[in-house]
Amino acid sequence: MPSDHLTRRSLLQGSAAIAAAAPALAPAGAAAARQTAKEGTGMIPVELTVNGREVHLQLDPRTTLLDALREHLHLTGTKKGCDQGQCGACTVIVEGRRINSCLTLAVMHDGEKVTTIEGLGTPDKLHPMQRAFITHDGYQCGYCTPGQICSAVAVLEEIAAGIPSHVTPDLDKVSLSDSELRERMSGNICRCAAYPNIIAAMNDVAGETKA
Amino acid sequence: MKPFTYSRATSVADAAKAAASTQGARFIAGGTNLLDLMKLQIETPTHLIDVNHLGLDRIEPTPEGGLRIGALVRNTDLAADKVVRRDYGVLSRALLAGASGQLRNKATTAGNLLQRTRCPYFYDTNMPCNKRKPGSGCGAIGGISRSLAILGVSDACIAQHPSDMAVAMRLLDAQVDTVGADGVARAIPIADFHMLPGDTPHVETALKSGEIITSVTLPKPIGGTHVYRKVRDRASYAFALVSVAAVFGKDGGSRFAFGGIGAKPWRTPAADAAASSGAKAVAEAALSGARTTHHNDFKKTLVERTLASLYRQKEARS
Repeated sequence: MPSDHLTRRSLLQGSAAIAAAAPALAPAGAAAARQTAKEGTGMIPVELTVNGREVHLQLDPRTTLLDALREHLHLTGTKKGCDQGQCGACTVIVEGRRINSCLTLAVMHDGEKVTTIEGLGTPDKLHPMQRAFITHDGYQCGYCTPGQICSAVAVLEEIAAGIPSHVTPDLDKVSLSDSELRERMSGNICRCAAYPNIIAAMNDVAGETKA
Repeated sequence: MKPFTYSRATSVADAAKAAASTQGARFIAGGTNLLDLMKLQIETPTHLIDVNHLGLDRIEPTPEGGLRIGALVRNTDLAADKVVRRDYGVLSRALLAGASGQLRNKATTAGNLLQRTRCPYFYDTNMPCNKRKPGSGCGAIGGISRSLAILGVSDACIAQHPSDMAVAMRLLDAQVDTVGADGVARAIPIADFHMLPGDTPHVETALKSGEIITSVTLPKPIGGTHVYRKVRDRASYAFALVSVAAVFGKDGGSRFAFGGIGAKPWRTPAADAAASSGAKAVAEAALSGARTTHHNDFKKTLVERTLASLYRQKEARS
């Protein structure tokens, strides 16, 4: 039996803190080193700004952004589900846009800004979308939740920016509706089928934003 | 994934030259299809040339009154572009019917044209596939073929072309602008860009070694009522069983292109010519030469019914 004060969450938080320190010792001149990578020297320096913090990594070019976040930066909030872009559990926000972090290489994002679930809010200071997911019970097992929340935050921004969707009746009149939210969230699968509650949470946050 | 080296291209000419001179090199842009295939070792490039920083991400009017779409314009941005929404609505609709929001944020215009089939036998490396391994045979013929093509197929391959965007591009008579390894630019009509499988299903496009797509150019707008109807197993985020792109012209002249049924985005002059005779006639003309299996024979009926639905939608609007 684990002791009462040692939870899975505190373990994970501990390992994240250790990881945060390690990769910060990084060489400058990533651009110069990329040239040598062209010759096939193996590891490539990558600089990212993850949740507002600059990190420097040396990566095998095969490393996906997802694996860089989880295995190198130990930000395990972002989840690996299908690892082939079908489930959305790995959704993060890069340069303001939601993407599947499993289907992109970390080296392709050198110099870019990444926001993960850890960067949206913390247990002490929840992002409004995180709070709404709790209020509306927008999950059961929780595995898809970080991806759902990153996607949900970006979806409301996409609607506000007037980006149309498949269900937008008039391409020039983009507005918020349940069918818009459902369509735009179709890249995030929830095996527990918390979908109605996720839509309720998103509507809640959208209402707050409007007011 | 198999190991590979990586470089960032700094100019189109250098990218094309590097791709032609490096054995096993591939361009990577959005990566949403290539990386998926690399994880499964269906694609095993030894070198990736990242073309994301070539500045090919603009949408500009052409002197002829058309639109030049940079190869790297993301699907989201192309679908949301104000001119595309206004003048080429069928293209916006086709893009928005494809993939998920996350994928559209990453996937590019050129990459969409180059995406590979979703034939399950292409994806299953335990099965023969002439497209994946030339000469190994076709697991799909005689296999489970519900999703596969019925037009343009051959004895070597019945894989379907998966793109929605390319169907709209075909409808709009787009041209694909490229630069070759020799630095020479050329324009390929979209009708000639994708190849039919024949005996060489692994040859999918007219691109030569090292040749890179720089933009896709649309001719000037043709007006009319633009519609795109996609029929699939789920309401969202699934590949088409059948899709129909159509522009209904005010003068009765209309045009049609089809997805989900062809080895390439499908369009025939006979179908366009039959427009004034209605859905049944258009379907018959479009499906001329169709070769079905008992699994995908339903697609013929589905094409006719999808067309009928579009005719009703058009009539309701006018």
